[in-house]
Amino acid sequence: MISSLKEMPREAGETGGMAGSGAGSQLLEVAMGPHHPSTHGVFRMDVQLEGERVVRLKPVFGYLHRNHEQIAEKTSYLGSMPYTDRLDYLCSMSNNWAYALTVEKLTGLQPPERAEYIRVIMAELTRVQNHAGLIGFLLQDMGASGTPLMYAFREREKILDLFEWVSGARMMCNYMRFGGVRVDLPEGWVEGALAFVERAPRFLDEYEGLLRNSEIVMARTQGVGLLPAELAVNAGVTGPMLRASGVNYDLRKVDRYGVYDRFSFRVPLGEKGDVYDRYMMRLLEMRESVSILAQALRDLPGGPILDPKSKLRGLRPKAGEVYGRIEAPKGELGFYLISDGSTNPYRYRVRPPSLINLTVLEDMCLDRSVADVVVILGSVDIVLGEVDR
Amino acid sequence: MLGEGIVRGLAETARNFFGSFAEKERLTTVQFPEERRVPFEAARNFPFLVYDGDGKESGLRCVACLICEKECPPRCIHIDKSKDKKPDFVGKAQFYPAAFTIDVSVCMSCQICVEVCPFEAIKMDTAFELSTDDRFAGLLWGKDRLAKSNEHYHAIHPTEAAEVDERRGQEKAAAEAKAKPAAQPAEAR
Repeated sequence: MISSLKEMPREAGETGGMAGSGAGSQLLEVAMGPHHPSTHGVFRMDVQLEGERVVRLKPVFGYLHRNHEQIAEKTSYLGSMPYTDRLDYLCSMSNNWAYALTVEKLTGLQPPERAEYIRVIMAELTRVQNHAGLIGFLLQDMGASGTPLMYAFREREKILDLFEWVSGARMMCNYMRFGGVRVDLPEGWVEGALAFVERAPRFLDEYEGLLRNSEIVMARTQGVGLLPAELAVNAGVTGPMLRASGVNYDLRKVDRYGVYDRFSFRVPLGEKGDVYDRYMMRLLEMRESVSILAQALRDLPGGPILDPKSKLRGLRPKAGEVYGRIEAPKGELGFYLISDGSTNPYRYRVRPPSLINLTVLEDMCLDRSVADVVVILGSVDIVLGEVDR
Repeated sequence: MLGEGIVRGLAETARNFFGSFAEKERLTTVQFPEERRVPFEAARNFPFLVYDGDGKESGLRCVACLICEKECPPRCIHIDKSKDKKPDFVGKAQFYPAAFTIDVSVCMSCQICVEVCPFEAIKMDTAFELSTDDRFAGLLWGKDRLAKSNEHYHAIHPTEAAEVDERRGQEKAAAEAKAKPAAQPAEAR
C-alpha cells in the first residue's frame, strides 16, 4: 500500500478497484514501454501494481505493424521472400527456409541434397547467434550491462560475416529460393565455417562460465516466471520455452524436415520451467547446434543447389492450401498459404513463435515484482518484427 | 561459498580483457574511418545500371523491358520506355529507357531486380557512404547517377562480371555466326 496514493483523486474510468489488503489501497497503472530498453523493441506492457506486486499485465503491441500478410497477398511468391527476412530480423535465414519449405510443399519442388545441407548449416548458425544474443540481452536486463552482450555480439559478428560472404547481406540475407538456395557457397566458405565451429566450444565454455554460477543470476532467475508444462502446451507455446518446461517437442525431431534425420543431436529439457531453465536451455541448445554444424559441414555433398524445375518469375502453383513449419530459434515458425492458381497467394498467414509465446506472459508475471517482469520478458525471447508483422 | 560464482565470472572477464590485447580472435573491431575492411565480393547495397564502352547514355545494356519494375517487391523502380529503338550489342534493334529512376529511400537491397534481369543490365553496387541532406531529390536516383561502367562492375564483383562477359561474348558470337549465312547468299547473288 502506498500511502501517498491514498489522497490522490481517482479519475473516472481509471483502475477502479479495492484489490489487495488494505481498504484504502489503490492500484497503480504503469505503462512499461513502448520505448524502454528492457522491452526488446516497441512493445508496451500495461502493468497494474499493488505496491511492487503485479496484479494484472496486459501486453500491447502493434507499433511495428507493417501489413506484411496483406502485402504478400498482393505480390508474387518470390516477392515475399525478402519481406520474410524482416519478420524476425535476427534470424532471416530461418524465416527464408520456413517460407521456401511451405511453397515447396505447395508446388512439389524438391531441393537437391546439397541445398538441404546448406539450409541446415544456415539455420543452425542462425540459432547459435540468436541464442547468444538473447542470453546477452537477458543478462543485460538483470544488470550485467554490456559485458555478456558484447561477448555474444563478437561471436555473432563472425556468423554475420559468414552470411555476408555467401549472400551479400549481413542480416537481410534473402538467400533461399523455392527448390534450393540462390547461390553456391563461395570458395573458402566451408573452411571459414569450420574454423568458427572449432572455436565455438571455447566461446561457449567462457560464456557459460561467465555468469552461470553467479549467485546474483541464480537469485534473480531461479523460481521466477514459472511456466507449468500443462499451461505451456495449452497456450501453444513452442521452442526453447516449451522445452524448458519439460515437454519434449522439437520439430527437428518430430517433423524431421530437411535432412535433420541424418544428424545425431540431443534435445535438452528443463525441469521447472523458470527463467533459469530457459537460460540454460539456450546455452545447451547452442552446443547441440555446434555439433549439428560440425556434422553437416563434414558430410556436405557436392552437386547442384537448385531444383531444375524451379523458376524465378511467373510461379503459378496449383490451387490448394498448405501449412509448412520449421523449428526456428524462437519456436515453431509456420506459414499458411492458400493458392488459387494465380501468381500471388490468395491467403498468406504467418504463425510467429514470438507472438504465441508472449500470450503466457501475464500468467508468468502475476504476483511477481516489476523487476521480475523485465527478466521474465527477457527470457521469452521476442522480436517485435515478428510479433507485429 | 557465497560469491564464488561471481569471482569465477570475473576471471572470465579478465581473460577476455587481457586476451583482447594478444588475440585477434577476441578483438574483431576495426577503427572505421581510418581502417576499412575489404567488402566481400557478394556484398550488395543499391542497384546500378551497367553500360559498355564509353557511352554512359548510349552503352546502357537496359532495354526497358520493365521486368524489374514489375518484380521489385517494394516497387521502387520507375522506367519510361523510349519511343524509338537503337541497336544493342548484337545489333538487334531494342528499346532503351528514356528515364530510369530508383527511389533508394524505398529500395530494400533485396537483389531481386538483378536476378530477374535477362539482359545483365542491372547489378548491385557496394558503395555505402551515401548520406545526403536532401531526402527527396537526393534519394531519387536517375539514369545519370545509376549508370556505371562495366569496368566498375569488374572492380567490385570480379568473378561474377567475368562470367557475365563470357556469356555475352558467346551470345554475340552466336548472333554473328547466325547473321553470316544469311548474308552470304545475298553476296553470291
